[in-house]
Order: sequence, then structure tokens, then C-alpha cells
Amino acid sequence: MGSVIDITDLVVDRGGRRVLHSISVTIERGSVTGLLGPSGSGKTTLIRAIVGVQLVRSGTISVLGYPAGSPYLRPRVGYVTQAPSVYPDLTVRENARYFASLYRGCSRQDADRVIGEVGLCDAADQLVGTLSGGQHSRASLACALLGRPEVLVLDEPTVGQDPLLREELWARFHELARTGSTLLVSSHVMDEAAHCDRLVLLREGRIVAYDSPAAIRTATGTNDLEQAFLRLIKAQAVAAVA
Amino acid sequence: MSARILFSTTGRVLSQLRHDKRTIALIVAVPLVLLTLVYYLFENQPQTFDSIGLIMLGLFPFILMFIITSVAMLRERTTGTLERLLTTPLNKADLLFGYGLAFAVLAAAQAVAASALAHWAFGLRTDGSLVFVIVIAVADAILGMALGLFFSAFARTEFQAVQFMPALVMPQVFLCGLFVPRGQMAGWMQALSDVFPLTYAVQGLQEVGSHTGATGLMWRDLGIILGAAVLALVLASATLRRRTA
Repeated sequence: MGSVIDITDLVVDRGGRRVLHSISVTIERGSVTGLLGPSGSGKTTLIRAIVGVQLVRSGTISVLGYPAGSPYLRPRVGYVTQAPSVYPDLTVRENARYFASLYRGCSRQDADRVIGEVGLCDAADQLVGTLSGGQHSRASLACALLGRPEVLVLDEPTVGQDPLLREELWARFHELARTGSTLLVSSHVMDEAAHCDRLVLLREGRIVAYDSPAAIRTATGTNDLEQAFLRLIKAQAVAAVA
Repeated sequence: MSARILFSTTGRVLSQLRHDKRTIALIVAVPLVLLTLVYYLFENQPQTFDSIGLIMLGLFPFILMFIITSVAMLRERTTGTLERLLTTPLNKADLLFGYGLAFAVLAAAQAVAASALAHWAFGLRTDGSLVFVIVIAVADAILGMALGLFFSAFARTEFQAVQFMPALVMPQVFLCGLFVPRGQMAGWMQALSDVFPLTYAVQGLQEVGSHTGATGLMWRDLGIILGAAVLALVLASATLRRRTA
């Protein structure tokens, strides 16, 4: 299988404050990894570092064996920002077609296909600015599914989505992983965690746990992942005092 | 750079404009209204209109393109689309020249409409060809666009971006020779005027106004305008950083 994302001793400062404290993590090919943690834990900063748009203080990040952000990676890494980043003054279809044109070998049919995959067929010719919040972020997600990226980094893609659609999206993520893509999906909602093969639990810029949901449940002796997260934090706080 | 990405970016910017018909109407109509005002202001002095109206044909595209491009690029930054684009195979030059081409199309439409009105409705007389007037007007638009793209990097909000217009454009308008001939300015003002690219736009138009054929000075002025535009685009591309704090 082999690792796809390799992060060693990553330190990031933002606005004079340390946001990530020496993070090290390895993400395997063909997996769906959940990046979970409360708001302000450093999820977005870690994601921005992986896609190579974050200035880092020290540490190394390699993706598919190349330094994060290198030109080799640009056609191979898909990225969805937390705030939907598509053009509000274009229709869903125009957005998808524009992003499709940025990738070699991506056709107009591909653009229509990804619109279907995020369930926006009925709104394809609507201006993105007139969509609901959930539809807006799906339009943004659609544009990241173009070009069959080997690595897909999604910052809170399922926030505010209809529960049924959320199920469909997770199924789609796993389907992509089966065909060899590697996904890193962040969320601040713990009930999303059960959908992931592996979990990175992040808090205050440090990794609290990195394991499969099952292993985390066993280690903490609870089936509720929210509870498990709490127990891990408390255990670490006790350890720090002692 | 990739021609495919450059042209699709141009198409995308034009599609955005197509959905914003009011902006297109304003871009084309506002210069016509202003030109009409200036015409009636100098109704009894057709010679004054010949010189001032001509210069205005070069100023409109410069000022308007400066404003719309600085706001458009700022929007790319604030909505996160710029950050996203920079993680795709798109090259910075594809984006900047894609914008350049789209706004040049718009500027050409504006210049043709304004020049046609000035020439046929208001009898603006130039010794040289109207085609050169339009060519210089489009070059002015490209210059305004390039400066707008560059200076938008220094604005964090739309409020700031709009303030760059009086700060950076008005001094060039004051010193370009429209209000006071350059020869009558104090030395230091002339020196400033010499480094402002808009000066050459006005000079180029004045050449067309007073000579039947294309003069060497006109070609030199056109070269300076486009050279300044390319320089501003190169500087703008340096301000598009992939990695930000």
C-alpha cells in the first residue's frame, strides 16, 4: 500500500501564535482518514499545509513522495476549502466546466458527471450565489472531484448537508478510496467519525489520537466516539500533571 | 503557461460579466454620458472639445478598468477561489493574462462606443485615423487593468481597493497634460509626469489628433503604455503568493 501523506515534526505559527505543535502523521493509500477536532484545533491549518498553501515554520510534508505544493502534485491533489470557493456569479455548470478546463483530459461530460455525483443536477443551471448553503458547498465539492485526484483533501465537506445526502457523500468517498484515491476529510462533528477508516483527533494543535475508530473505542472502553475523545483528553491532562 | 487554461479563464471572466448585465451597461454607458456632458460644456468651443474630448477617450478605459480589475482580483482573494486555483495546474500567468484578455475585449467595446459617439454625434475631429484612437484607448484599458491587478494585492478590503483609485489614478490624470500643458509645469511636476504611464497615453492621443499619419512618437508612446502594462503584470504575478500565513 505505502504512505501517501508523510508529515514529520510540522510546526506552524499563525498571527504570532503557535497553531500546530510538532505534528507527525502518516496517511496510507486508499484510506478515508477523518481529521476531527473542535473548532480552532488546527484542522484547517494542517489541511492548508498538506495542499501547500500554508507558510510553515518547520517540519516536512511530503505528498506522493513530493514536497507539499510542488507542481507535480497540482493535477493530483484535489482540495475543497472550508468556505465554499466557487464563483457565486456563475452557474453550477459554468463553475464545473471552468475547473474541468484546468485539468488535462477533463471534458465537459466530466463536469456534468460530478454535478450529478453531488446531487445538483436540478440546480445545474442556477447561479451559485442563489443556492442554499448546503448546495453551495456541494458545488464547491463537485469541482474537487474533477480530474480523478489521487489525493483528495476536504475541509468540512459535509457540514449543513441533508442526512441522506451525507450518507451518499460518505459512500462516494469510500468508492473513491476503493479505486485508489486517498481521502483526508475534516469535521468537527463526532458522529461523522464512524465513517472513517482511520481517525486523527486533533486538539489545540496536537494529535490526541491516531487510530481506527474501533481501536479508539476499545482503548477508551466506550462505544461513543465523543466520549472516547473526552476520555483521551482527560487521560492526557492527568498524564501531563503527573 | 497553457493556452487552454488562459482562454478558459478569459471565457470564465466573460461569463461572470455576462451574468452581471448592469456592470456591462455601466461600463459602456457611463463614458457616453460623461462625453455628452463635456461636449455641451464646450458647445461653443469646438476646438477645445477636439482636444479635451480626445483625451477623455483615453482616460475612461484607464480609470474604469483600474477599478473593476482591482475589485475583481480582490474578490478572488477574499472568496478563496484564488487559493483554490493556485492548488490546481493553473499558472499565475494564465490567470493574469486570462483576466487581461477578458477585460481587453470589454475595453474595446467601450472604446468603440465612446469613439463612435464622439466622432459621429459630436463631430470630434482628429487629423489621424479613428482606428489609432481606439487602439490607444484599448492599450490604456490594458494599462489600467494591469495596474489594478497589481495594486489590488495591497488592499485587504473592497473599501481600500476603491480608495486606490483617487490615490493612484488622480495624480496621473492631473499631471498628464489635460489641465495644464506639461511644458508649463514646475520641474518636479514634469519629472513626476514623465514617470506616470498615463502621460504617454495622452501624448499618443494628441499625436493622433494633430498628425494625419502614424508618427514615431505615437508608436513610442504606445510601446511605453504596453511596456508599463507588462511590467505591472509581472509585478502582479509576484504578489500572487501560493503560500500565505
